[in-house]
Formats: sequence, C-alpha cells, structure tokens
Amino acid sequence: MLESLIAALSPLNLALALCGVLAGTIIGALPGLSATMAVAVLVPFTFTMDPASGLIALGAVYTGAIYGGAYAAILVNTPGTPAAIATAMDGFPMAKRGDGDLAVTLSCLASVVGGLVGALALLFLAPPLSQIALAFGPVEYFWLAIFGLSLIATLSAGHTLMGLMGGCIGLLLSTVGSAVVGGDVRYTFGQTQLLGGIPIIPAMIGLYCIPVLIDLVIRPEAHLERRSEQIAGFRLIEALGAVWRSKFNLVRSAVIGTAVGILPAAGGSVAGLVAYTEAKRTSKDSKQFGKGATDGVIASEAANSATVGGGFIPTLVLGIPGTPPDAIILGALLVQGIRTGPQLFTQQADIVYTFVIGLIIATILMLPTGLVVGRYAFRLIISVPKTALAPGIALLTVIGAYAIEANTVHVLMMVGLGLVGWLLARIGLQASPIVLGLILGPIAEAGFVQAWLIGGAQGNIPAMFFGRPISLAIIALTLLTLGWPFIVAWRARRTAAGTT
Amino acid sequence: MQRLLTLAASAVVLLGAVQTANAADYPTKAVTYIIPYNPGGESDVTARFQEGYFKDVAGQDVVIQYKPGAGGATAWAQLNGYEPDGYTIMNVNFPHAILQPSMKDVGYQTEDVKPAFVFHYTPDAILVRADSPYQTLQDLIDDAKANPGATTFSGSGTNSANHLATVRFDQMMGTKSTYIPFKGSAPSMAALLGGQVKAAMSYTTQGIKAGDQVRVLAIATEERVAAYPDVPTFKELGFDYVAGAYRGVTLPKDAPQEVRQKVSDIIGQINANPDFKKKLEENGYVVTDIPHDKVDQFIADRRAEYASAIEALKAAK
Repeated sequence: MLESLIAALSPLNLALALCGVLAGTIIGALPGLSATMAVAVLVPFTFTMDPASGLIALGAVYTGAIYGGAYAAILVNTPGTPAAIATAMDGFPMAKRGDGDLAVTLSCLASVVGGLVGALALLFLAPPLSQIALAFGPVEYFWLAIFGLSLIATLSAGHTLMGLMGGCIGLLLSTVGSAVVGGDVRYTFGQTQLLGGIPIIPAMIGLYCIPVLIDLVIRPEAHLERRSEQIAGFRLIEALGAVWRSKFNLVRSAVIGTAVGILPAAGGSVAGLVAYTEAKRTSKDSKQFGKGATDGVIASEAANSATVGGGFIPTLVLGIPGTPPDAIILGALLVQGIRTGPQLFTQQADIVYTFVIGLIIATILMLPTGLVVGRYAFRLIISVPKTALAPGIALLTVIGAYAIEANTVHVLMMVGLGLVGWLLARIGLQASPIVLGLILGPIAEAGFVQAWLIGGAQGNIPAMFFGRPISLAIIALTLLTLGWPFIVAWRARRTAAGTT
Repeated sequence: MQRLLTLAASAVVLLGAVQTANAADYPTKAVTYIIPYNPGGESDVTARFQEGYFKDVAGQDVVIQYKPGAGGATAWAQLNGYEPDGYTIMNVNFPHAILQPSMKDVGYQTEDVKPAFVFHYTPDAILVRADSPYQTLQDLIDDAKANPGATTFSGSGTNSANHLATVRFDQMMGTKSTYIPFKGSAPSMAALLGGQVKAAMSYTTQGIKAGDQVRVLAIATEERVAAYPDVPTFKELGFDYVAGAYRGVTLPKDAPQEVRQKVSDIIGQINANPDFKKKLEENGYVVTDIPHDKVDQFIADRRAEYASAIEALKAAK
C-alpha cells in the first residue's frame, strides 16, 4: 500500500486529481450537466494514460461533480445533480437570508468529510461491505422506496396533506411511459416521445428552477439578501464551529451515504434525503429545517459525497456499478484490460490501491478548490444584476434539460412542468414531494412486481414480502418515521400534563 | 433567357459533381456516432473500442454521443430526422430493432434503421452463481422440467433480448420458467449474485464482469469463445441455438448508397484489425462481418429466427 501511496502522489497524478476536481466542480455546478456526463466526456482521454492515472482523473471529476451540484442548489435553488435535492431545502433559504457564503463553505466541509468516510470504507472494508448490495433483493428495494416515500411525512411536517398530494402527483408522473417490468405503455397518449417516461433531471430543473425564475422576474427585491456591501471571506471559522456542533449528524450522514451508495438501484438523491430526514427527526431544533438550518446542508452534503466511495464498492468488488457514473468507469476499466471481481483486490492490488488513494487525495483537494470556486460562484450570483441573472439562469435551464439526452422534447417538458410547479407552489404544494415520488415510484413499482413474480415462483408471496429480516427492519423504520410526529406530540403533552 | 438556362443547367451539373465528390471524399470532417443507451454498456464499450481505430481507417475523428431512452427506441425513432450526409451514424441492435416495433408502436419500423454493417454480437449465455447446485445445463433443464414455473431467470427488461432468449429457451427445452425483468444488466446481475433468482439469462460479457462469482452453463455461439474455453456451446449439447445481441452501425435511410457503402467499408476495415478483434474477443464479444450488401439477408434471417418466440411474447401479453 505504501508503493501505491507514492504512486498516487506522483506529480502527474496529483495534477490530474486537482484538475479533475476543479473541472468536475464547475461541471456539477451547472444544472443538468451531471456527473455522468462529466465522466463520459473524460473517458476517451483516459485511454491514453496508464490505468491508475486514468482512474484517478475519472474519480476526481466524479467527486468534484457531485460536490459542484451544491452551488446551484444553494444559490439558485436548483439541484445541479439529483444528489443535491436535499441540499436545496435548507441551502437556498440560507442564501436567501444572506448566508449563502456560509452555506457554500459548510457544504464544502461536509462534502470533504463525507467523501473521506466513503473512500476509507472503500479502502479498508470493500469486500465485506459489498455483500450489502447482494443482500438487497427486489422486495428490499420495494420497502426501501416505501420508506423513502414515508419521509414525505417528516419533510412536510405541518403540511402533511399537501406533502402527500405532491408525492401522489410525483408517483403518477413516474408511471408515464413503458413500464420496466411488464412493458405496458401508460399515459403516453400515442406520443412515442413519452415512451421513455418523464426524465428526472429535466423534471427537477423545471420544478425547482422555473418557480425561482418567475419570482425573480415578478418580484422587486434582490435574488439573495446581502449582508453588507463588503463581501466577507469564507466564514470558515463560523462554518467549522457549525460542523463541530453537528459532528454526530455529520458522521451518521456519511455512514448513511456510504451504505446507500453501495445499493446499485438507490443513489445519491436517496442518500441525501434519508440523511436529511434523519437529521431533522433527531434534531432538537427540527422546526428550523426547511428554513435554513445548517444541519440540513451538512447532512445532505456529507451523505451525497459519501455515495461516491460507497458506489465504487460493488463496482470494483462485484463488477456491478453502484451509480450511473460507476457504470462508465467500469466500462473504462474493461477497456483498460482490468478484470473486476473479488480477485481484483489481490491480483491487481497496485492499481486499485493507487486509485483509492488518488480518490482520497482528490477529496482532500476538494477543500481548497471548493472554497475558492464556491466563493466565486457566490460573488457571481450576488453581484450580477437581476436583468442579467434571470436570462442567464433561464439559458442554463434550457441547456441542462437538453444536454442529458440531447433531446429538445425534454426542454418542453422542463418548461411545462416548471409552470405547473409554480402554480402548485402558489397553493402550497412544494416541489420536493413531487420529485421524491418521481424518483421512488419506479423503484417501488419494479421491486413490487419482481418480488411478486419471484414469490409466486417460490409458491409463497406473503413470505417474500414479510418474511425477510432486512425487509422487516425497513418496515419497522418506516413505521417509526410515520409515527414519530405523534410520539413527539404525545411526549410533549405528557410533559405538559406532568408540570401542571 | 437561353443563357440563364445554360447557367442554371451548368450550376445544377456542378452542384451534382460537388455532391458526388463529397460522397467520394467521405469523410472530410468528424463523424458523430450516436449510442442509444447510457454510457458504460456493451454498445458504448464497443463503440469506444472502434473509436481508437476509426481515425486510422477513415482519416477523421468520430465523436460519441449518447441518446438513451426506451431501450434504444428513442434514438432509433429519431434517426431519419438527421441530415442524411453520413456525418451522423448510429448504433443499432438486434433483436431489439425487430422486437420493439412488433410489440408496440415505438415510432420506427425495422426497415427505418437498417444497418450498413453488423460488426459483432454478444452471445446469449446462461449464468448461475458459483455455488449453485446446477453444475451443467442439463441440471437446470431437469429442475425446470420437474418444477414448472419455479425456475427463475433474471434479465434486462421486458420484451427485451434477454426476455426473448428466455422464451426461446423454454420453447427449445419444453420447460416453463419464470422470467424476472430488471432495469438493465447491473441489477439483473446483482439479483443473480444475491441469490434472488436461480439463473440469469444474460451475455458472455456480463459473465466476464462478474469473474469467478458465476459459472457459465452454456453459450449460444457456433464455436467455443476464447474467453471461456471450458464452457460448452448449446450446439455441443445438442441444441441448435446460436443467438445474442447483434450490434451494427446505421445511418439515415436517405443517405446516398455511396456513403452507406463507405461507412460499411470503414467499419469492416476496423473489424479486420487483429488488435481490435483480439480486444473484443477477450471481453466476450464475437466479431461478425455482415457488410452493406448482406444486411437484407441478415434481417430476413433474424425475423425468421425470432418469429415463433415473438408470437409467444404477444400471446402472453
């Protein structure tokens, strides 16, 4: 491993890690230009490098892009990648009240810690942890998706009915197109363009960003509050203090992110949301969540950055990509002549360990890069006049919606859903439950039908759904999440009764 | 007036000459190569392999783009909207391009996406976990016959190549197995390795990714593949089954014949490179040489091959 450390520290590899993180951060910051895109563009260039250097460059771009998503989430309420959905929930309110610089610094610190936890898990625990990916069968994914949907109750506490309605709208939207399992064509109204369903990223850009754009135009006040004429520094001390106070939250979120990252069908968006709701549920100050709580930003960013290392675990150990960018990197590995599988860690250990150490270095380099880029991003957004900011963001939304699949129809869907989202927001329906339904609907549906088919083949469907230990644990967790607001209310009443 | 006509006529002739000159010089600029899937899959990996040799053969770069959606149908339905000048080429797969239009309206017909060259296929392969009780294909068939419906196969998608292969397997063996569709090869392989299903209907290429965690029971090739010298073919075991996912390169149907021929020649020359062939074979692919003038026969053969299984899929709907 010492040799790998030295190899990873070679000037070329260090330069690749730095450039990769920088490029990734900038790409990730632009809504719609996802980590998947960034990695895919880079792949052909890595073929001319030696395998370890190529992998370091890919890993660095990937880590940077996942982090970069936080800027757009915080500064314009548009998650640059699906992984940053939960970041927007508190990051944007923070920016709105003039704490955008603090939120950006916080997200950077949390991402670095999260990324390190994920990468260390990959370095030391990859073979045993990869078994988590295998323990999750269709029925576990079904219950996990149901658990995810139950988070709507926590997210929209106080407006539960509106939250559930939003979730249902999202679930309905997710059924459009041809079903993965069964192949039935639903709600396409004869349009072949709709066969592929409602694409998640264009929908997200529309639902989150268009309402912000409309408000930007119709309201007189500035996009973000300015604390003073002088733009302060990084507010690093303040951010470090907040992170230290939130250390349990930070570590828990990073562990959640690593674990969810290992699951091939889940991903960064689920990790961020689970960590966020856990932070909210256990916080003494849960009422502040959604209004600019620093803990929310920390939880989401630590978790989504941890999915990078987590996702590499099944990719390298089992040959099963944990996330879409992992699938591309796996393809690049095969082209390089590297055979994945459990033997990889013994037979080609030098390449693997050089790569993992390179990933750790890239994550550490994210600290200075992220702080500096974040500061420029913040300055740009806060000092550009509204007359330039609105068309600028509008242009980015169009590029982002188009770029994912080079499809003009997706731009129309983005604008259409954005207008609907704006109208719904006026009657109190938030975007997050809708997006949650859209993301989790297909996971729940596929898991349910697959579990039903397998259960049928084994001749015992009830045992399939209610007879497996991991499933039962997830069901219990779901019930706990759903019941939590009632438990809290009951406790409060008891304490109140006790004091009188 | 006369003069004007002459001028017009010569202009037309000149333009025509330029056009043919263009076709003869093709390609004079970079060619866009559209992959109708997400990056990382077999279509992407093989295109990446070709990319390295394209410039040597054609003298121009190839730029790979992705247009995923609806199992490839989104891109194929848009193929004929591109300029038919040969500077946009697209990856096209079979049985997908025959299966999809026969199951539902996907916005294109098989004839619309006729390839200029079919350059390889990933052979169908039946995979089981390394600790599976099935040591041979016969073990699997015996179990499937003894317990109808209880043998579960994971595969990628409904009405997909893996689905069709499972239906053909049942027709051939006289068995009744349960096909469990997943969203792509990765979750399908995860289900196999996690013991959620008894076997996976997949490709040799997926077996190679999983390494020694899986055992390959049989492979649908004419001869044994280099990557699995010890695994028997279906033919050796007495079943006349050679099949898989064929991948070709297509271009809009209004492209001049000359350009179509050129594309076919370029892809053929890349195929002829021993390095390229070796790389593909090491990863479990089988190189095929089906040029422009043999493609019609290829499609007719595939249609005949899939016909009864497609009928069975339609009946099951």
